[in-house]
Formats: sequence, C-alpha cells, structure tokens
Amino acid sequence: MLTSQEIEARLDEILLKVQKPGRYVGGELNIIVKDWDKIQTKVALVFPDIYDIGVSNVGLKILYDQINQRDDALAERAYAPWIDMEALMRGRGIPLYSLESKRPLSGFDLIGFSLPYETLYTNALNILDLSGIPVRCVDRDDSHPIIIAGGHAATNPEPMHAFIDAFVIGEGEEVIHDIINTVQEFKGLQVGTLERSNLQTCKRDDLLRALAKIPGVYVPKFYQTHYMDDGTISHVETTMDGIANPVVKRIVAHLPPPPTNFIVPNIEIVHNRVSVEIMRGCTRGCRFCQAGMITRPVRERSVDEIVDAAEAAVNATGFEELAFLSLSSSDFSYVVELVNKVSERFKGRKLTISLPSLRIESVSVDLMDKLREHYSGGFTLAPEAATERMRRIINKFIPDEDIINTTREIYRRGWTTIKLYFMIGHPSETLEDVQAIADLCKRVINEGRKVAGWKVKLHAGVSTFVPKPQTPFQWVSVDTRENILAKQELLRRELKDHNIKLSWTDPDDTLLEAWLSRGDRHMAEVIYTAWKNGAKFDAWGDQMKYDVWMNAFNERGLDPAFYTYRQRRTDEIFPWDHISAAVRKNFLFQDFRQSLEGKIRVDCRLNCFACGILPTFSNLRRENPGEEWKCPDVKSPATRKTVISNQLSVVGD
Amino acid sequence: MRIRITFSKTGALKYIGNLDLHTIWERAARRAGLPLAYTQGFHPQPKINIASPLPLGISSHCEIVDLRLNEDVELTSLPARLQSAMPSGIGIIKVEQVDEHAPALQTQVVAAEYEVTLTEAADESALKRKVDQLLASESLPRERRGKQYDLRPLIEMLEMNSENKIQMRLAAREGATGRPEEVLDSLGIPIEKVQIERTELIFKN
Repeated sequence: MLTSQEIEARLDEILLKVQKPGRYVGGELNIIVKDWDKIQTKVALVFPDIYDIGVSNVGLKILYDQINQRDDALAERAYAPWIDMEALMRGRGIPLYSLESKRPLSGFDLIGFSLPYETLYTNALNILDLSGIPVRCVDRDDSHPIIIAGGHAATNPEPMHAFIDAFVIGEGEEVIHDIINTVQEFKGLQVGTLERSNLQTCKRDDLLRALAKIPGVYVPKFYQTHYMDDGTISHVETTMDGIANPVVKRIVAHLPPPPTNFIVPNIEIVHNRVSVEIMRGCTRGCRFCQAGMITRPVRERSVDEIVDAAEAAVNATGFEELAFLSLSSSDFSYVVELVNKVSERFKGRKLTISLPSLRIESVSVDLMDKLREHYSGGFTLAPEAATERMRRIINKFIPDEDIINTTREIYRRGWTTIKLYFMIGHPSETLEDVQAIADLCKRVINEGRKVAGWKVKLHAGVSTFVPKPQTPFQWVSVDTRENILAKQELLRRELKDHNIKLSWTDPDDTLLEAWLSRGDRHMAEVIYTAWKNGAKFDAWGDQMKYDVWMNAFNERGLDPAFYTYRQRRTDEIFPWDHISAAVRKNFLFQDFRQSLEGKIRVDCRLNCFACGILPTFSNLRRENPGEEWKCPDVKSPATRKTVISNQLSVVGD
Repeated sequence: MRIRITFSKTGALKYIGNLDLHTIWERAARRAGLPLAYTQGFHPQPKINIASPLPLGISSHCEIVDLRLNEDVELTSLPARLQSAMPSGIGIIKVEQVDEHAPALQTQVVAAEYEVTLTEAADESALKRKVDQLLASESLPRERRGKQYDLRPLIEMLEMNSENKIQMRLAAREGATGRPEEVLDSLGIPIEKVQIERTELIFKN
C-alpha cells in the first residue's frame, strides 16, 4: 500500500496535466485532519461523483461531523476523479486516496458511500476498483474495508446488493455510531497498531453478522430471494437468526444541531453555499414523490436554532449564499417568523438567501419580498401538472387561478424570470394533459406581460416521471419511449415563444433511472457488465452510454421492459418489500386506489391517515411529544409492542 | 483604508488559480470581519488586487495583495486575524498600510525571480551548457496557447547554483510575462521533475 508521501509525490507529477487540479488536493478551510496513528477507527466518506458536486453534500457533512466528534474515530473524504484524472491515476498506479491525509481508501476500516440517486451506481463500482478493492462483496477478504452505503437510493438496495456489504436504511446520525461501535468491538482496541494485522483477528463474516443485527442496517448476504416462474419474487428469507425482516429504517426523534463549519472549497464548485435544514419530512403526500414518503415523520427545527446556525455557518465559511433546506418550505410552521428574523439578522450583508420549494400562493411572494435585499435571479414554483384530473391523480391540487394569480404577482413585483417545474409521464396521462402544460405556460407569460411588459421570461422545466419504490405509484409502469417523445415534441412545438425556455429529460436517462431504481438482484449483473464496458458518470447526460446498458441487458439475458413497461400485479412482492420506510404497503395501495378514483388526500397535518409511522415509532413519539413532530401525539402507553418498536426502544436506551 | 499583505502560497494551494485565489481572499476577509470595499454597479466586486498571478503548480513566499477597506482597522492584530481565517496553504507574512493613491500594484511589478529544484539528479555539466546556449541565443521563438512569441527577451537572469538548483528572473510586466515552465521546457527539463518556487517580486524603483 502506498504511503501518503508516495501518493503526494506522484500527484505532483500529474496534477498540472488535469483540468481543475484543485479538486484533488484537499487543504480546504474547516477540514478535520486527525493523527492517523492515534485513532482506532478510520472511515472514508465517499460521494461517487466529482468534487464539484459532492463537496457541498449536506448528508455527508452531517456524518463527517458525527464521526469526527468522536475521539476514537476519524472521517476523511473522497470523490470520483474526473475522466482525465482517473486515466492518469491508473497510468501511474495511484489508488483513490482521501483528501485529508492522502491515504489510500483501502487502508480505511469503513468506506461509506452516499447514494442519493441511482445514477451514481457505476461510479461507486469504479471507485472501489480504483481503490484496489474488489468490486464484489464475495471477493473481499478480512484485509479489505467494510463497504457501507446509505441515502435515498437505499430505499431499494437490491440492484447494488452484490457490491455493498451493508446498507443503512433511513437516517444516519445515530446508526453510524452503532456501526463504528460494532466495528471496534470486532477489531479489538489496539490503538497505535499501524499494521493491519489487528484486522486479521477479525473475521469479516462475523463482523457482518454483527452489523446485520443493528436496527436499520441491511446486510444483503443474509437475505435470500426466491423467485416465481414469471421472474417476480415469491418471498425473501433470512439466512441467519436474529435479523430483521423487513429491515425498518432508522430515524432520529429530534433533529440534532445542524452543521455550521462547512468545508470551504478553494475552487469554484456547483453550490457555493451553506445549507441549513429547517425541517425533515413532508406532510403533503404527493403520490409521485419518493422523498415525501420515505422521510416521514415531519420534524421541525426551532426558528432560533435555524437562524443562529445560519449565522454561525455564514461566519465560519464566508460563503455568499445561504440556503434553507426542506421538501416544502411553506409548510414549515413558523416560516413567516423565520423569514422576518432572517431578513433582520442579515440586513446589509452581502448574502444571497434561497428558500426553495414554496407553495403556489400569494404568501410565498410576500415571503420572498421580505428577502428581497438578498434575492437573486428567478422565482421557482412546481405545479407538476396542468389539468385538474392529473392534479387529483398525483395529489398535488393547485387550481389554475392560483397559479396565474401567483405568477402575475411575482412578475408585478419585479421578478423577470419564473421557473415552473412540471412532470410528464404521470399514470394515465394523455396528450391533452400535456397540451394543458403548454397552454398554462403561455397563459402565465401573457398575464405577466400585461403587468410587467415584454421583458418577462418563463423557464418550463419538464422532467419525466419515474414510478419510485415505496410510493403509491410503485405499481404503475413507466410511460413508453414513444409516448414520452410525442409529449416532448408537442411541448417543443407549442412553446416556441422566445421568452419561454423549455428543458426536458432525455428518455434514455429516464429509462436508466427506472431500471436502476426498480431493479431486483438480477440488475446487479447488468450494472456490473455496464460498468465493465465503460459506463460511468451516468448522471451526466453527455456521458451516459445507452448502448452499453442495452448490451449489458442482452449479455445477461434480461429484458429491460420487465423493470419498466409492466403494470405490477396488485399482490406482487416487490424487490424492496423487505426494506421498510415505516409507511405500510397497504397504506400506499389505498392511496394508489384513491388516485385511480381521482380522490385527493389532504395535508396529513390536518388529518392523520395512519401511514404507519406512528405504530412503528410510537415509543420515540411518546418520548418526544408536542409540536416538533407533525404527527398526532401518542398518549396511551403501548398496549401492543411490535418487534420493531421493541428493538428501537433498546437502541434509544 | 488600503492595506498591503505579503503572503505565502504553498502545499495544496499551489494548485489553486488566480481567480479562485480572489474568492479565497474575499471569503477570508469576510470571515475575519474586514470591511472590504466593493465597486459600484449591478455586480459589485470586492476591491482586491493581486500583484502578479502565480502560475499553477508554483509555490511562493512573496505574494502580495492589496485590499481596500471601507473603514480603518487596527493593524497589529490583523495578521493573526487573517491567518485564522485562511486555509492552511496561505500564510500571512506581513500586513502594512499603503497610501490610498499609490498606483495599482499590477502596474508596478516588472519582474519575478524563481528558484527551481530538480527532484531527480541531472547531468550538471550538460545542463550548464544548455543554460549557456540559451543565454547566448538572440531569440527563442516559442508558441503558447496558439500564439507565437519570443521567450529570450523575457529572461533577465538564468543560472545554475548547484547540481539541482536553477535560479531565474523573468520579466513580469503587463503583456510581457515570462513563465518558468517555458524556460524549463526550452532546457529540456520535464515539468513533473521539478519543484518551483517564486522567491521575489520586483517592483519599479
């Protein structure tokens, strides 16, 4: 294994040959570099895309802080090198290394991948390979790090089951400590033992068995899938005792203090900003939205905590932009108070403040007006659909008049650009529904012109719907390529106005996202073959190689249509059914049926629909009553404790 | 108030370009609570002037930047305040106040000195001969980014000090800047086999 000095010397020979060498050298403000030899457990946190995208990821930043707050563990970072750098690294025999200490990833105890979306999968394989670590779990031995992964893509971990030793389901703040503690139990306490000999004392399989017993941790090798003749799943059974089936996600009862000392890159990156999460979860219940289903329950932070954290973060970083994160800012109970306090606290400071995901209503315009001193660029709203029928189906009901009145007011108050997000390919969508999107855009800009003249602009971002696991639409098929192309063609034809900018998703990208997010264990071989044949950076439109993926399906004798163009039987067992986001399948199915009937379900703050969160986390809720959660209180003592809540109460002790 | 800061740029910061260095100064000033002055207009820019861009991959202990501030600040504690707001590759060496009306830094730089350390042993006498040949030549036509230019008049001094050290002074006037890696290339020394440090910026007068 190369030492950090050897890696640095080799880097000096190649860094002037790559674009943006600053991606590969570390040395940023607010990084944490610990004394390697004095730390027992070393974790490499990896975002499997380039530095420019990964360094601002808030999820990894939270884990970086959680781990580095321990005296007995350290966390360092690594990202995917861009194609030019990877070629030079492979040419010079430089393995992927961490930015903090320039040590090879293969020298860490744990490697943790963030997988927020599925098109990062081939990059994750490539990173393992570039680190000299066997890509497949079965090929790793006691000398290799344990490979873990988490993030929204872990909602269906099966396509990656062959490559990731253990998945974290749900929120990572607490479970990462359980994982590190377990690793330490198994690897002994020989602090200062440089050689990996202490590793030899640890049998990988024993450690994985222990990890599999941690609530919220899914170790695929201890679960066996049985299939029916038609290729669908008959059942999944565990191959060892004492592990959960289904594996229920972990949550934190109370959001821990938000990170403030963000790493400040020395080069220009995609999001140069500090982010403060104001709440987690969403009560709206839009049926297409995976995040809204899997991040329940809603937990809010206090206004004071948010504003203090924002100020501390801005002071610690010197960043010029501050973003408040949530799935739906307008639903934050104290959003008006938050905006008032923020505009007061940051008055006169050069700072851009963004408050994304606002509801389409006049209150939102008032809110943004208060941040006027700090606003930049356009105003973004997401109607998602343009006919009443479609809005009922997806459970995001906004009358046309609300959209017109709100956008007119935005233009009238001086914003020149509005961005509207729509989605095509919703279940049962017709060309009339898509025509309505074009009509609505035209109406919005025409109304805008009446109040603000010809300078007004509209950006219509039209993505394509992918029916995601653990949502009410998990039973439906993906819209066909022909349909998508016809709908996109209609929009291009209709929206020729010079002041309307239209953007859309390439149908190839949509199909890849669908295969990867809806796949079963067989998909792992397709991913492996595609990666072997050159697939990587699939999230970068210009790098995605559709032919490579189609050939991989062929080579593995699998039919891509099985994963996409197939309406699921109502009793079908999905590849992800043994993974639970604590929202009951039956709840999702009832919601799906209501969708077919065009029935709206209101915000669940107004009316609890018993999605499954409360019975699963009843103990957590009972211990944390009141306003912070947006679920009803659980008052009575538990009369019937489920296995899951028993396990969780043990963890909380 | 206008302050002039001498600083070092080493380690990871060697690989950070001049535009990014501007941003680093802007953010560091903000973190240190310095009241940076901004230009007027729709896109206000902080008044930060770096004397002479340092080519990528070169370290230095003699970089100079001027910052203009809206208010006077106390100078004695400033180096420590700035240092704690900087990434580890930037070292604050000196902070001094300069006349508001002094000419812009960039217009005053005329040359820069570099010290090159060869990381692999070279044939000293052969290299000496090449240096002499280069200095004896009337012109050194070269091409950089598709443009023809003559490197020779930009070389003001070039000498071998020991078996692995080369010293050079290159013109660094606006529109006439010599780059050390171009000189090394003319000597047949591959850039990946050296470490270069800028040792001095030379100003008018």
